[in-house]
Amino acid sequence: MSRFNSNKFRESIGDYFSYTFFFKNRRKIKDIKEILFKIIIYTTSISSIVFLFGIIISIFKEGWSIFVSYGIIKFLFGMSWHPTHYPPEFGIFPLIMGSICITIGSLIVAIPLGLGSAIYVSEIANNRVKEILKPIIELLANIPSVVYGLVGMAFFAPLVQRIFNIPIGLNVFSASVILGIMIIPIISSVSEDALSTVPKQLKEGSYALGANKWETITKIIIPSAKTGIIVSIVLGFGRAIGETMVVLMIAGGSPHIPKSIFQSARPLTSAIASEMGEAIIGSQHYHSLFGIAIVLFIIIFITNLIVELAVKKKWRIK
Amino acid sequence: MNIKKFITILIVVPLTFISLNTDIQAKAKCKIVIAGSTTVLPIAQRSAELYMDVNSDANITVRGGGSGVGIAALIDGRCDIADASRSMKTKELKIARGKGVNPVGNIIATDGIAIVVNKSNPIKNITLEQLRDIYTGKTVNWKELGGNDAQIVSISRDYSSGTFEVFKKLVLKGDKVKNDVLMLASNKGVSTTVNQTKGALGYIGLGYISDDLKVLTVNSVYPTKENVSNNNYPIARPLFMYTNGKPKGLIKSFIDFILSDNGKKIVEETGYVPVQ
Repeated sequence: MSRFNSNKFRESIGDYFSYTFFFKNRRKIKDIKEILFKIIIYTTSISSIVFLFGIIISIFKEGWSIFVSYGIIKFLFGMSWHPTHYPPEFGIFPLIMGSICITIGSLIVAIPLGLGSAIYVSEIANNRVKEILKPIIELLANIPSVVYGLVGMAFFAPLVQRIFNIPIGLNVFSASVILGIMIIPIISSVSEDALSTVPKQLKEGSYALGANKWETITKIIIPSAKTGIIVSIVLGFGRAIGETMVVLMIAGGSPHIPKSIFQSARPLTSAIASEMGEAIIGSQHYHSLFGIAIVLFIIIFITNLIVELAVKKKWRIK
Repeated sequence: MNIKKFITILIVVPLTFISLNTDIQAKAKCKIVIAGSTTVLPIAQRSAELYMDVNSDANITVRGGGSGVGIAALIDGRCDIADASRSMKTKELKIARGKGVNPVGNIIATDGIAIVVNKSNPIKNITLEQLRDIYTGKTVNWKELGGNDAQIVSISRDYSSGTFEVFKKLVLKGDKVKNDVLMLASNKGVSTTVNQTKGALGYIGLGYISDDLKVLTVNSVYPTKENVSNNNYPIARPLFMYTNGKPKGLIKSFIDFILSDNGKKIVEETGYVPVQ
């Protein structure tokens, strides 16, 4: 009790609530805030890596056993997919071909349209048209894929069937067109960014040499934005091969290699989506669906790697 | 700062109350969780609603997901009743016994699988053998069945669908379905496509028959409710509610409700055939 100085105590309490205390220790409070903020930001950035590795580990853990028990060659190149038959057959080659056919078809639709609109928006259109066009293209990107699927299934597929007079409208052609429309915004916006970063000097030099607009676009602007355009196409490819809802609803789902564009196909994604709900957990069928997920993951990983490398290369040149 | 605090309070306080509230509810009421087949879903949903109207202290949650999902949930103890449009497979039974779960199948209704074609198709009857030939790829033209000269667009449900399972067992009799058959994810998808496609042939649950489709007689028997319930119609299946052990308490009372006269009415309203 003797050591207790009541006056000092009162002072320190008073200090604590006074402005002077706050100003004296402002630096400290700021430091604490900064450290807290750093911790929070760090955790959030780490969390996405954790999620990614969690996903990779779990699909490999669940899917690996099909490569071992069924044989990796038989799984990847087997011609027949009958997962619930006895004995089951898990050859995913027809599904891979289905995915590839539809993806290539969608790129054939999307590249000219996407690139064309990108060139128009960045080089030809005036500002007012640009202001109207850009949000519309972006809106196209924001329509949920199930809506595309619904429109394709209810309106587009019957139309295709009538126009070409074929037995069924749910086929590679319909799926490719709808999927192509879906990836137009990706190709268009990414390649528009690339086109608009072409240095002004190049364009002006071209005009100064007497080239007209067409020559400038085809010989100067597109070649110098080449990397960006390729990146946009690879991104579109990645989006198209991973898309599930549209192909599930429009591609028809036949597990065979399509022999014409008017036959139906069963892409990898739609096989997972339609069968996972009913597959017995822990069965070979269940593991084979995770095996498909591994194949899809590797395809997407390679496309992203190409994009990453291409972008880096572009920066190095600059 | 004040606005931020206000917003935080605005979010946190109601959330706390909601979470407290559901906690209290869950404790006060007896709870059943139902999951599984989308075919059984309409029956389970409607019965649960009516049952909860009568017994206000019961709390029944109904989820879909598919027969396989429901059974897996029952095995893991995540649901009390698993709806299934097929009987449990030996592998599933083995896993269940390994985890100390003893699944008991309660048949709550019967479902017929109707064979449907486009309205413009002149065909009226089809035999099981003809169906098998079409779905295994031996018959490809309607001409061979006495119809128009047009390709048969055969439509199937997806591999893991309970309806496909039953169709495979009763019609294909263990044969593989041909590779270029169209595989659609839902009953609704099949009926829409058959309606839009002239040469189409498909199969759907009895509850999905509509005026837009032409229903064929199979071996000269039309899938009426009488024909399905007295086994005259050849493509019919029982619908199950699996429970862990014999149903007891609230679960038993709920299943008895579905089997009662009121429940039978619900089964009929949803398009299925009640158990006799």
